[in-house]
Amino acid sequence: MCLAIPMRVLEVRGTGGDMLEPPLAVVEAEGVRREVRLDIVDRLPVVGDYVIVHAGFALHSLDEQQARENLDLLAMMAAGGDETR
Amino acid sequence: MKHVDEYRDRELVKSLAFRLADQVKRPLRFMEVCGTHTMNIFRFGLRSLFPADLEVVSGPGCPVCVTDSADIDVCIAAAENENVVIATFGDLVRVPGSRGSLAESRARGARVEIVYSPIDALELARAHEDKLVVFVGIGFETTVPTVAAAVAQAARLRMDNFCVLSLHKVMPPVFARLLAGNHQLDGLLCPGHVATIVGRRAFEPLALDYGLPCVIGGFEPVDIMQALVQLAELAARREAKVVNAYPRAVAEDGNSSAWRLVTDIFQPVDAQWRGLGTIKSSGLAIRDVYAAFDARRRLDFETETPAPPSTGCRCGDVICGRCRPVDCGHFGGSCTPGHPLGPCMVSSEGSCAAFYRYGEH
Ligand code: SF4
Repeated sequence: MCLAIPMRVLEVRGTGGDMLEPPLAVVEAEGVRREVRLDIVDRLPVVGDYVIVHAGFALHSLDEQQARENLDLLAMMAAGGDETR
Repeated sequence: MKHVDEYRDRELVKSLAFRLADQVKRPLRFMEVCGTHTMNIFRFGLRSLFPADLEVVSGPGCPVCVTDSADIDVCIAAAENENVVIATFGDLVRVPGSRGSLAESRARGARVEIVYSPIDALELARAHEDKLVVFVGIGFETTVPTVAAAVAQAARLRMDNFCVLSLHKVMPPVFARLLAGNHQLDGLLCPGHVATIVGRRAFEPLALDYGLPCVIGGFEPVDIMQALVQLAELAARREAKVVNAYPRAVAEDGNSSAWRLVTDIFQPVDAQWRGLGTIKSSGLAIRDVYAAFDARRRLDFETETPAPPSTGCRCGDVICGRCRPVDCGHFGGSCTPGHPLGPCMVSSEGSCAAFYRYGEH
Protein backbone atom coordinates (compact mmCIF):
# COMPACT_ATOMS: atom_id res chain seq x y z
CA MET A 1 0.00 0.00 0.00
CA CYS A 2 2.99 2.30 0.41
CA LEU A 3 3.82 1.88 -3.21
CA ALA A 4 4.90 5.16 -4.78
CA ILE A 5 5.95 5.27 -8.43
CA PRO A 6 7.39 7.77 -10.91
CA MET A 7 4.90 8.94 -13.55
CA ARG A 8 5.33 11.39 -16.44
CA VAL A 9 3.33 14.61 -16.42
CA LEU A 10 1.18 15.05 -19.55
CA GLU A 11 -0.87 18.02 -18.44
CA VAL A 12 -1.08 20.45 -15.53
CA ARG A 13 -4.25 22.36 -14.70
CA GLY A 14 -5.93 24.47 -12.08
CA THR A 15 -2.89 26.29 -10.78
CA GLY A 16 -4.85 29.54 -10.60
CA GLY A 17 -4.94 29.49 -6.81
CA ASP A 18 -8.60 28.52 -6.38
CA MET A 19 -8.52 26.79 -2.98
CA LEU A 20 -11.71 24.86 -3.69
CA GLU A 21 -10.26 23.49 -6.91
CA PRO A 22 -6.77 22.22 -6.05
CA PRO A 23 -4.27 21.90 -8.92
CA LEU A 24 -4.18 18.61 -10.77
CA ALA A 25 -1.88 16.85 -13.20
CA VAL A 26 -2.63 14.14 -15.72
CA VAL A 27 0.19 11.62 -15.44
CA GLU A 28 1.12 8.40 -17.19
CA ALA A 29 3.25 5.34 -16.58
CA GLU A 30 3.34 2.12 -18.55
CA GLY A 31 0.25 3.09 -20.53
CA VAL A 32 -1.81 3.86 -17.43
CA ARG A 33 -3.10 7.40 -17.18
CA ARG A 34 -4.52 9.05 -14.14
CA GLU A 35 -5.26 12.35 -12.51
CA VAL A 36 -3.21 13.23 -9.45
CA ARG A 37 -3.47 16.13 -7.06
CA LEU A 38 -0.67 18.62 -6.72
CA ASP A 39 -1.58 20.10 -3.32
CA ILE A 40 1.42 18.64 -1.53
CA VAL A 41 4.09 18.28 -4.22
CA ASP A 42 7.42 19.94 -3.28
CA ARG A 43 7.64 21.88 -6.58
CA LEU A 44 4.94 22.29 -9.22
CA PRO A 45 5.95 20.15 -12.18
CA VAL A 46 5.77 21.19 -15.82
CA VAL A 47 4.72 18.97 -18.72
CA GLY A 48 7.40 16.36 -19.34
CA ASP A 49 8.58 16.22 -15.72
CA TYR A 50 8.35 13.04 -13.68
CA VAL A 51 6.62 13.03 -10.31
CA ILE A 52 6.49 10.39 -7.56
CA VAL A 53 2.86 9.42 -7.18
CA HIS A 54 1.35 7.91 -4.04
CA ALA A 55 -2.32 7.46 -3.09
CA GLY A 56 -3.58 9.88 -5.72
CA PHE A 57 -1.09 12.67 -4.95
CA ALA A 58 2.19 13.77 -6.47
CA LEU A 59 4.69 13.85 -3.58
CA HIS A 60 7.83 15.02 -5.34
CA SER A 61 9.01 16.30 -8.71
CA LEU A 62 12.04 14.22 -9.61
CA ASP A 63 15.27 16.10 -9.82
CA GLU A 64 16.83 15.54 -13.27
CA GLN A 65 20.26 16.86 -12.40
CA GLN A 66 20.49 14.73 -9.27
CA ALA A 67 19.31 11.73 -11.27
CA ARG A 68 22.08 12.28 -13.85
CA GLU A 69 24.73 12.73 -11.19
CA ASN A 70 23.61 9.56 -9.45
CA LEU A 71 23.78 7.59 -12.70
CA ASP A 72 27.37 8.84 -13.18
CA LEU A 73 28.19 7.76 -9.66
CA LEU A 74 26.67 4.36 -10.33
CA ALA A 75 28.75 3.92 -13.46
CA MET A 76 31.85 4.72 -11.40
CA MET A 77 30.79 2.36 -8.66
CA ALA A 78 30.16 -0.44 -11.14
CA ALA A 79 33.62 0.16 -12.56
CA GLY A 80 35.04 -0.32 -9.06
CA GLY A 81 35.88 3.23 -7.98
CA ASP A 82 35.46 4.35 -4.39
CA GLU A 83 33.34 7.44 -4.23
CA THR A 84 31.28 7.52 -1.06
CA ARG A 85 33.90 9.24 1.03
CA MET B 1 10.28 4.13 -18.85
CA LYS B 2 12.47 6.91 -17.55
CA HIS B 3 13.60 6.79 -13.90
CA VAL B 4 12.74 3.10 -13.93
CA ASP B 5 14.40 1.33 -16.87
CA GLU B 6 17.88 2.69 -16.23
CA TYR B 7 17.53 1.43 -12.65
CA ARG B 8 16.65 -2.07 -13.80
CA ASP B 9 19.75 -2.58 -15.93
CA ARG B 10 20.83 -6.17 -15.35
CA GLU B 11 24.50 -5.56 -16.11
CA LEU B 12 24.61 -2.72 -13.63
CA VAL B 13 22.89 -4.83 -10.98
CA LYS B 14 25.46 -7.55 -11.60
CA SER B 15 28.46 -5.24 -11.26
CA LEU B 16 26.97 -3.80 -8.10
CA ALA B 17 26.59 -7.34 -6.76
CA PHE B 18 30.34 -7.86 -7.29
CA ARG B 19 31.05 -4.59 -5.51
CA LEU B 20 28.84 -5.70 -2.65
CA ALA B 21 30.64 -9.04 -2.34
CA ASP B 22 33.92 -7.09 -2.25
CA GLN B 23 32.76 -4.88 0.55
CA VAL B 24 31.28 -7.54 2.83
CA LYS B 25 34.32 -8.88 4.63
CA ARG B 26 32.68 -10.04 7.86
CA PRO B 27 29.14 -11.17 8.71
CA LEU B 28 26.85 -8.14 8.39
CA ARG B 29 23.24 -7.74 9.33
CA PHE B 30 21.20 -4.93 7.78
CA MET B 31 17.59 -4.02 8.37
CA GLU B 32 15.22 -2.54 5.80
CA VAL B 33 12.10 -0.80 7.00
CA CYS B 34 9.80 -0.36 4.06
CA GLY B 35 7.24 -2.79 2.69
CA THR B 36 8.28 -1.92 -0.85
CA HIS B 37 11.90 -2.78 -0.08
CA THR B 38 10.78 -6.11 1.37
CA MET B 39 8.71 -6.86 -1.70
CA ASN B 40 11.20 -5.70 -4.33
CA ILE B 41 14.17 -7.51 -2.81
CA PHE B 42 12.19 -10.71 -3.37
CA ARG B 43 10.48 -9.69 -6.60
CA PHE B 44 13.71 -8.89 -8.39
CA GLY B 45 15.49 -11.92 -6.95
CA LEU B 46 18.14 -9.78 -5.26
CA ARG B 47 18.62 -12.16 -2.35
CA SER B 48 20.34 -14.62 -4.64
CA LEU B 49 22.91 -11.88 -5.39
CA PHE B 50 23.73 -11.12 -1.77
CA PRO B 51 27.02 -12.48 -0.45
CA ALA B 52 26.63 -15.32 2.05
CA ASP B 53 27.85 -13.12 4.88
CA LEU B 54 25.15 -10.51 4.36
CA GLU B 55 21.80 -10.90 6.05
CA VAL B 56 19.02 -8.41 5.28
CA VAL B 57 16.10 -8.53 7.69
CA SER B 58 12.79 -6.70 7.48
CA GLY B 59 11.81 -4.24 10.18
CA PRO B 60 8.48 -2.68 11.07
CA GLY B 61 7.99 -1.03 7.69
CA CYS B 62 4.68 -2.47 6.56
CA PRO B 63 1.85 -0.29 7.92
CA VAL B 64 -0.67 -3.10 7.79
CA CYS B 65 1.65 -5.44 9.70
CA VAL B 66 2.26 -3.04 12.57
CA THR B 67 -1.43 -2.23 13.10
CA ASP B 68 -2.48 -3.56 16.47
CA SER B 69 -5.35 -5.96 16.90
CA ALA B 70 -7.09 -3.53 19.28
CA ASP B 71 -7.09 -0.88 16.52
CA ILE B 72 -8.72 -3.33 14.11
CA ASP B 73 -11.40 -3.85 16.77
CA VAL B 74 -12.02 -0.08 16.81
CA CYS B 75 -12.47 -0.13 13.02
CA ILE B 76 -14.94 -2.97 13.33
CA ALA B 77 -16.89 -1.15 16.03
CA ALA B 78 -17.15 1.83 13.64
CA ALA B 79 -18.19 -0.41 10.75
CA GLU B 80 -21.02 -1.85 12.82
CA ASN B 81 -22.62 1.57 13.15
CA GLU B 82 -25.46 1.68 10.60
CA ASN B 83 -24.77 5.27 9.69
CA VAL B 84 -21.15 4.65 8.85
CA VAL B 85 -19.42 3.83 5.59
CA ILE B 86 -15.82 2.72 6.14
CA ALA B 87 -13.28 3.62 3.48
CA THR B 88 -9.77 2.25 3.62
CA PHE B 89 -6.78 0.91 1.71
CA GLY B 90 -7.10 -2.68 0.49
CA ASP B 91 -5.01 -4.94 2.68
CA LEU B 92 -6.34 -3.66 5.97
CA VAL B 93 -9.78 -5.22 5.49
CA ARG B 94 -8.41 -8.75 5.80
CA VAL B 95 -6.38 -8.23 8.97
CA PRO B 96 -7.88 -10.12 11.90
CA GLY B 97 -8.62 -8.30 15.17
CA SER B 98 -9.98 -10.03 18.24
CA ARG B 99 -13.48 -10.10 16.73
CA GLY B 100 -12.70 -10.93 13.14
CA SER B 101 -11.76 -8.66 10.25
CA LEU B 102 -13.42 -5.77 8.40
CA ALA B 103 -13.98 -8.17 5.49
CA GLU B 104 -16.05 -10.35 7.81
CA SER B 105 -18.04 -7.32 8.99
CA ARG B 106 -18.69 -6.50 5.35
CA ALA B 107 -19.95 -10.02 4.72
CA ARG B 108 -22.40 -9.43 7.59
CA GLY B 109 -23.71 -6.29 5.91
CA ALA B 110 -21.41 -3.46 7.05
CA ARG B 111 -20.45 -0.89 4.39
CA VAL B 112 -16.71 -1.20 3.83
CA GLU B 113 -15.25 0.37 0.70
CA ILE B 114 -11.71 -0.03 -0.56
CA VAL B 115 -10.21 3.18 -1.88
CA TYR B 116 -6.98 4.05 -3.63
CA SER B 117 -6.71 7.59 -2.30
CA PRO B 118 -8.10 9.53 0.67
CA ILE B 119 -9.66 11.75 -2.01
CA ASP B 120 -11.80 8.80 -3.11
CA ALA B 121 -13.13 8.73 0.47
CA LEU B 122 -14.08 12.42 0.11
CA GLU B 123 -15.94 11.56 -3.09
CA LEU B 124 -17.76 8.76 -1.26
CA ALA B 125 -18.85 11.27 1.37
CA ARG B 126 -20.18 13.58 -1.32
CA ALA B 127 -22.11 10.70 -2.86
CA HIS B 128 -23.59 9.56 0.48
CA GLU B 129 -24.75 12.71 2.23
CA ASP B 130 -26.90 10.76 4.68
CA LYS B 131 -23.95 8.64 5.90
CA LEU B 132 -20.78 9.38 7.84
CA VAL B 133 -17.79 8.27 5.80
CA VAL B 134 -14.95 7.17 8.07
CA PHE B 135 -11.59 6.96 6.34
CA VAL B 136 -9.37 4.54 8.24
CA GLY B 137 -5.96 6.12 7.86
CA ILE B 138 -2.97 3.84 8.14
CA GLY B 139 0.53 4.51 6.92
CA PHE B 140 3.71 6.35 7.71
CA GLU B 141 5.20 9.73 6.82
CA THR B 142 4.77 9.05 3.09
CA THR B 143 1.02 8.60 3.32
CA VAL B 144 0.00 11.01 6.07
CA PRO B 145 0.38 14.18 3.93
CA THR B 146 -2.21 12.78 1.48
CA VAL B 147 -4.67 12.32 4.34
CA ALA B 148 -3.86 15.76 5.72
CA ALA B 149 -4.61 17.23 2.29
CA ALA B 150 -7.96 15.43 2.25
CA VAL B 151 -8.87 16.77 5.71
CA ALA B 152 -7.82 20.27 4.67
CA GLN B 153 -10.05 20.02 1.62
CA ALA B 154 -12.99 18.67 3.64
CA ALA B 155 -12.55 21.65 5.97
CA ARG B 156 -12.51 24.09 3.05
CA LEU B 157 -15.66 22.52 1.62
CA ARG B 158 -17.23 22.48 5.10
CA MET B 159 -18.13 18.82 4.72
CA ASP B 160 -19.81 17.42 7.79
CA ASN B 161 -20.01 13.73 6.89
CA PHE B 162 -16.33 12.90 6.43
CA CYS B 163 -13.89 11.99 9.17
CA VAL B 164 -10.64 10.12 9.70
CA LEU B 165 -9.85 7.31 12.11
CA SER B 166 -6.16 8.01 12.41
CA LEU B 167 -4.00 4.93 12.95
CA HIS B 168 -1.05 6.67 11.34
CA LYS B 169 2.42 6.16 12.66
CA VAL B 170 5.76 7.89 12.42
CA MET B 171 9.05 6.05 12.17
CA PRO B 172 11.70 7.68 14.40
CA PRO B 173 10.24 6.49 17.75
CA VAL B 174 10.01 2.88 16.60
CA PHE B 175 13.60 2.97 15.33
CA ALA B 176 14.65 4.34 18.70
CA ARG B 177 12.80 1.50 20.42
CA LEU B 178 14.43 -1.15 18.23
CA LEU B 179 17.90 0.32 18.44
CA ALA B 180 17.83 0.90 22.18
CA GLY B 181 17.72 -2.87 22.68
CA ASN B 182 20.35 -5.37 21.73
CA HIS B 183 19.72 -4.94 18.02
CA GLN B 184 22.76 -6.59 16.47
CA LEU B 185 22.41 -4.48 13.36
CA ASP B 186 25.31 -3.22 11.28
CA GLY B 187 23.28 -0.85 9.16
CA LEU B 188 19.89 0.51 8.31
CA LEU B 189 18.48 0.72 4.77
CA CYS B 190 16.23 3.75 5.26
CA PRO B 191 12.88 4.00 3.46
CA GLY B 192 13.23 6.24 0.39
CA HIS B 193 9.72 7.58 0.21
CA VAL B 194 9.50 8.37 3.91
CA ALA B 195 12.69 10.34 3.28
CA THR B 196 11.05 12.09 0.30
CA ILE B 197 8.79 13.73 2.86
CA VAL B 198 11.00 14.10 5.95
CA GLY B 199 14.36 14.59 4.23
CA ARG B 200 17.80 13.05 4.67
CA ARG B 201 18.57 15.12 7.72
CA ALA B 202 15.71 13.59 9.71
CA PHE B 203 17.64 10.31 9.92
CA GLU B 204 20.77 11.89 11.36
CA PRO B 205 19.84 11.43 15.03
CA LEU B 206 19.53 7.68 14.38
CA ALA B 207 22.99 7.44 12.95
CA LEU B 208 24.53 9.64 15.61
CA ASP B 209 22.68 8.43 18.72
CA TYR B 210 23.04 4.75 17.94
CA GLY B 211 26.29 4.76 16.01
CA LEU B 212 24.56 3.15 13.07
CA PRO B 213 25.44 3.49 9.38
CA CYS B 214 22.30 4.56 7.48
CA VAL B 215 21.67 4.75 3.73
CA ILE B 216 18.48 6.06 2.15
CA GLY B 217 17.59 3.83 -0.78
CA GLY B 218 15.21 3.93 -3.73
CA PHE B 219 13.19 0.96 -4.88
CA GLU B 220 14.40 -0.29 -8.25
CA PRO B 221 16.94 -3.14 -8.24
CA VAL B 222 19.85 -0.81 -9.02
CA ASP B 223 18.73 1.60 -6.29
CA ILE B 224 18.59 -1.18 -3.72
CA MET B 225 21.95 -2.64 -4.72
CA GLN B 226 23.57 0.81 -4.74
CA ALA B 227 22.23 1.49 -1.25
CA LEU B 228 23.51 -1.86 0.03
CA VAL B 229 26.97 -1.29 -1.46
CA GLN B 230 27.16 2.11 0.22
CA LEU B 231 25.86 0.65 3.46
CA ALA B 232 28.50 -2.10 3.34
CA GLU B 233 31.19 0.54 2.73
CA LEU B 234 30.03 2.54 5.74
CA ALA B 235 29.79 -0.61 7.86
CA ALA B 236 33.31 -1.66 6.85
CA ARG B 237 34.59 1.68 8.09
CA ARG B 238 32.13 1.59 11.04
CA GLU B 239 31.10 5.07 10.04
CA ALA B 240 27.81 6.28 11.52
CA LYS B 241 26.32 8.73 9.07
CA VAL B 242 23.35 9.06 6.72
CA VAL B 243 24.11 8.73 3.01
CA ASN B 244 21.42 9.64 0.51
CA ALA B 245 21.54 7.04 -2.26
CA TYR B 246 18.23 8.22 -3.73
CA PRO B 247 18.96 11.88 -4.47
CA ARG B 248 16.53 12.15 -7.39
CA ALA B 249 13.64 11.82 -4.93
CA VAL B 250 15.10 12.87 -1.58
CA ALA B 251 16.30 16.34 -0.60
CA GLU B 252 18.14 17.36 2.56
CA ASP B 253 15.00 18.67 4.22
CA GLY B 254 12.46 16.64 2.28
CA ASN B 255 9.12 18.09 1.33
CA SER B 256 8.78 20.56 4.18
CA SER B 257 5.51 22.10 3.01
CA ALA B 258 3.84 18.66 2.95
CA TRP B 259 5.11 17.96 6.46
CA ARG B 260 3.93 21.38 7.65
CA LEU B 261 0.41 20.49 6.49
CA VAL B 262 0.67 17.27 8.52
CA THR B 263 1.68 19.09 11.68
CA ASP B 264 -1.10 21.66 11.16
CA ILE B 265 -3.69 18.90 11.31
CA PHE B 266 -2.12 16.15 13.40
CA GLN B 267 -0.30 16.05 16.72
CA PRO B 268 1.89 13.30 18.20
CA VAL B 269 0.18 10.73 20.38
CA ASP B 270 1.25 7.43 21.94
CA ALA B 271 0.41 4.51 19.67
CA GLN B 272 0.15 0.76 19.86
CA TRP B 273 2.34 -1.34 17.59
CA ARG B 274 1.72 -5.00 17.01
CA GLY B 275 4.37 -6.96 18.84
CA LEU B 276 5.99 -3.86 20.29
CA GLY B 277 3.32 -2.45 22.59
CA THR B 278 2.83 1.24 23.21
CA ILE B 279 5.47 3.58 21.86
CA LYS B 280 5.50 7.15 23.07
CA SER B 281 4.65 9.83 20.50
CA SER B 282 4.76 7.33 17.65
CA GLY B 283 1.22 7.97 16.41
CA LEU B 284 -0.66 10.94 15.01
CA ALA B 285 -4.01 12.17 16.33
CA ILE B 286 -6.17 14.91 14.84
CA ARG B 287 -5.76 18.29 16.56
CA ASP B 288 -8.62 19.96 18.45
CA VAL B 289 -9.20 22.57 15.75
CA TYR B 290 -10.05 19.78 13.33
CA ALA B 291 -12.08 17.78 15.88
CA ALA B 292 -15.03 17.65 13.49
CA PHE B 293 -12.96 15.41 11.23
CA ASP B 294 -11.82 13.05 13.98
CA ALA B 295 -13.68 9.72 13.98
CA ARG B 296 -12.73 9.12 17.61
CA ARG B 297 -14.68 12.23 18.60
CA ARG B 298 -17.53 11.70 16.18
CA LEU B 299 -18.24 8.12 17.25
CA ASP B 300 -18.40 6.42 20.62
CA PHE B 301 -15.93 3.60 20.86
CA GLU B 302 -15.68 1.15 23.68
CA THR B 303 -12.33 1.83 25.25
CA GLU B 304 -11.83 -1.74 26.45
CA THR B 305 -11.11 -4.33 23.82
CA PRO B 306 -10.52 -7.94 24.72
CA ALA B 307 -7.04 -9.36 24.35
CA PRO B 308 -6.80 -11.07 20.99
CA PRO B 309 -7.07 -14.84 21.02
CA SER B 310 -3.61 -16.32 21.09
CA THR B 311 -2.99 -17.89 17.70
CA GLY B 312 0.74 -18.36 18.10
CA CYS B 313 1.30 -15.87 15.26
CA ARG B 314 4.82 -14.44 15.53
CA CYS B 315 4.31 -11.29 13.44
CA GLY B 316 5.47 -9.21 16.39
CA ASP B 317 8.85 -10.98 16.30
CA VAL B 318 8.98 -11.02 12.51
CA ILE B 319 8.58 -7.23 12.19
CA CYS B 320 11.36 -6.62 14.69
CA GLY B 321 13.76 -8.93 12.89
CA ARG B 322 13.76 -11.26 15.92
CA CYS B 323 12.71 -14.25 13.85
CA ARG B 324 12.24 -15.17 10.23
CA PRO B 325 8.82 -16.10 8.85
CA VAL B 326 9.97 -19.69 8.36
CA ASP B 327 10.69 -19.89 12.10
CA CYS B 328 6.95 -19.58 12.79
CA GLY B 329 5.26 -22.94 13.24
CA HIS B 330 2.23 -21.82 11.22
CA PHE B 331 4.17 -20.67 8.18
CA GLY B 332 2.99 -22.33 5.00
CA GLY B 333 0.82 -24.79 6.95
CA SER B 334 -2.04 -23.26 8.89
CA CYS B 335 -1.02 -19.78 7.65
CA THR B 336 -0.93 -18.98 3.93
CA PRO B 337 -1.92 -15.90 1.89
CA GLY B 338 -5.26 -17.58 1.19
CA HIS B 339 -5.85 -18.15 4.89
CA PRO B 340 -3.70 -15.67 6.80
CA LEU B 341 -3.45 -15.85 10.58
CA GLY B 342 -1.54 -12.62 10.95
CA PRO B 343 -1.02 -9.31 9.12
CA CYS B 344 2.47 -10.23 7.91
CA MET B 345 0.79 -12.84 5.70
CA VAL B 346 -2.20 -10.63 4.78
CA SER B 347 -0.25 -7.75 3.34
CA SER B 348 1.58 -8.34 0.08
CA GLU B 349 4.34 -6.21 1.63
CA GLY B 350 4.55 -8.37 4.71
CA SER B 351 7.61 -10.55 5.22
CA CYS B 352 5.60 -13.74 5.61
CA ALA B 353 3.71 -13.15 2.35
CA ALA B 354 6.96 -12.31 0.53
CA PHE B 355 8.73 -15.42 1.84
CA TYR B 356 5.72 -17.52 0.90
CA ARG B 357 5.23 -16.07 -2.57
CA TYR B 358 8.85 -16.30 -3.56
CA GLY B 359 9.27 -19.79 -2.29
CA GLU B 360 11.72 -19.36 0.59
CA HIS B 361 10.38 -22.22 2.63
S1 SF4 C 1 3.47 -17.20 9.21
FE1 SF4 C 1 1.40 -16.43 9.72
S2 SF4 C 1 1.11 -16.92 11.86
FE2 SF4 C 1 3.33 -17.06 11.45
S3 SF4 C 1 4.15 -15.01 11.91
FE3 SF4 C 1 3.64 -15.02 9.75
S4 SF4 C 1 1.55 -14.21 9.66
FE4 SF4 C 1 1.89 -14.82 11.80
